[in-house]
Amino acid sequence: MAEIRLHRLAHSYSRQPASAADYALHELEHVWEQGGAYALLGPSGCGKSTLLNIISGLLSPSQGEVQFDGQPVNALSPQQRNIAQVFQFPVVYDTMSVFDNLAFPLRNQGLDERRVKARVEEIAEVLDLGPVLKKKARNLSADEKQKVSMGRGLVRDDVSAILFDEPLTVIDPHLKWKLRRKLKQIHEQFNITMIYVTHDQLEASTFADKIAVMHGGRIVQFGTPRELFERPRHTFVGYFIGSPGMNLIEVRAEADGVSFGGLHLPLPDGLRERLAEQAGERLQVGIRPEFVQVWDRPIDDAFEAQVLDVEDLGTYRILTLELAGVTLKARMGEDRPLPEGRAWVSLPAQWLMLYVDDLLLEAAP
Amino acid sequence: MNKVPNNKAWWLVLPVFLLVAFSAVVPMMTVVNYSVQDIFDASNRYFVGADWYRQVLRDPALHDALLRQFIYSGCVLLIEIPLGIAIALTMPTKGRMASVCLIIMAIPLLIPWNVVGTIWQIFGRADIGLLGATLAKLGVSYNYAGDPLDAWVTVLVMDVWHWTSLVALLCYSGLRAIPDVYYQAARIDRASGWAVFRHIQLPKLKSVLLIAVMLRFMDSFMIYTEPFVLTGGGPGNATTFLSQTLTRMAVGQFDLGPAAAFSLVYFLIILLVSWLFYTAMTHADKE
Repeated sequence: MAEIRLHRLAHSYSRQPASAADYALHELEHVWEQGGAYALLGPSGCGKSTLLNIISGLLSPSQGEVQFDGQPVNALSPQQRNIAQVFQFPVVYDTMSVFDNLAFPLRNQGLDERRVKARVEEIAEVLDLGPVLKKKARNLSADEKQKVSMGRGLVRDDVSAILFDEPLTVIDPHLKWKLRRKLKQIHEQFNITMIYVTHDQLEASTFADKIAVMHGGRIVQFGTPRELFERPRHTFVGYFIGSPGMNLIEVRAEADGVSFGGLHLPLPDGLRERLAEQAGERLQVGIRPEFVQVWDRPIDDAFEAQVLDVEDLGTYRILTLELAGVTLKARMGEDRPLPEGRAWVSLPAQWLMLYVDDLLLEAAP
Repeated sequence: MNKVPNNKAWWLVLPVFLLVAFSAVVPMMTVVNYSVQDIFDASNRYFVGADWYRQVLRDPALHDALLRQFIYSGCVLLIEIPLGIAIALTMPTKGRMASVCLIIMAIPLLIPWNVVGTIWQIFGRADIGLLGATLAKLGVSYNYAGDPLDAWVTVLVMDVWHWTSLVALLCYSGLRAIPDVYYQAARIDRASGWAVFRHIQLPKLKSVLLIAVMLRFMDSFMIYTEPFVLTGGGPGNATTFLSQTLTRMAVGQFDLGPAAAFSLVYFLIILLVSWLFYTAMTHADKE
């Protein structure tokens, strides 16, 4: 069990990286606290597996330090770091039985057979592998194999951390949900640091207390699922998280706010002062479709918009609107009256985020 | 739907049937034909039943050759398979050295059998051969033409030199096909080098090893050219294996009947042993 600190860490797969583009992982500073359940979320190729392999020691970083409880572990192998890792595709030892597979990491550690048995049976119970313990691992279905893979990660109770690299990719959906709950339970029971890599926001937010969102080799935001939803610190977090993602509208700065297509959006004083100090080029406002308010009739300060499309998803609808030349998505409950042709839209200032060159601009405190 | 019962589709099998008949069944039946008759010429033929088989199976010269043959093939497999695996494990996996190694490994495979025999025959001579002369200088008595053990060792080393590459290349390709993630998982699980070999590499090599064992068994069981070129089966009968005994019988003494009977027995032994290997290796760890 350990706190994992990444200090000035960067990695490039080329031996002599010439430019920033050669880096799979840009210099970063990050701390995973002992006992946390974390997710590392991002699209394919954003560097999340690279980061995971660096933490476990399968990959040696080109720069910077990995520290466990303040001790640098760069020179240590995965064995010495005492890390468990579960991979995307099931890895089982074909010729061994399920029991021997689960016992393998323990036996390699030299644990006595009685404790091995107790521990393996405990994990098999948690993962519902009891009935197949005596079977040869190669005769299992893909689901079961992946459970065995996960079991081998979970069976050691003295590990510094358990890393999961998209472990549920091959598992079918209903079992996915069940296994995620299991992992969560195991986490609560044993208080082991867990880092879970995924590209699925739902998976990340149901598993983790805190999510690190990665984009282009950087961690662009680290926060609770709620923080990521309500205050994305980067436009990428805005549109990657949420379904559909955040509406992002290019705007121009004006005397007391911002504007687009002739519509004026006032800004609170604090934010306006900060904006005046900024030299950034690209100015965007972002608002979640959930926070866009839509009426079927004119109301106070609402803007008039065209309804382009309505998608009915059963429990809610997604409206595609055109507002002053900009396409906007809005999410509407089934109980609200559906506007036809024209709609009136308001964008509550509370949920309006301002981004300068993709980074959130926050009001001076 | 109205089903018309007719079996005309069977005619489609005819081309394959003819091909197999003329390539395998008819030649084989000729041998069967000779094995149950005493044939002097086209009009002088006598049916002898199983007589030739009885004679062949009781022939002590053949018993000796069969025993030698099994020991020889056993030695070949016991040396070439582990050695091939070991070489494959140590071959570099990437970079220019990998290509260089592959080429070096492939060279022996390109040399014809009788050339291999000739190479070793000269190589081992005490007067002009590098190996023979060196051993003689070192005071080691080595004479493949006179000493049965030396002849045996030479024939064995020759085969190992010639064919271990095949096993190594097959294993090399098998090893390359193992995804990296298995090795990563093994490191995470703190597996020792031996455990990685025993539980990851060896099981994944099983299908290529099956091919390697079968090929090396069949080839070595039919060995003819190398000992023939080296010593002509000598000294005495020390390196006279089954093929050579058969050739002597059929071509040397023109005993076509016993030779035919013996050919069929020979064929059945190879078939049986290959089947045993196959069954043993494919069913080894099924529940």
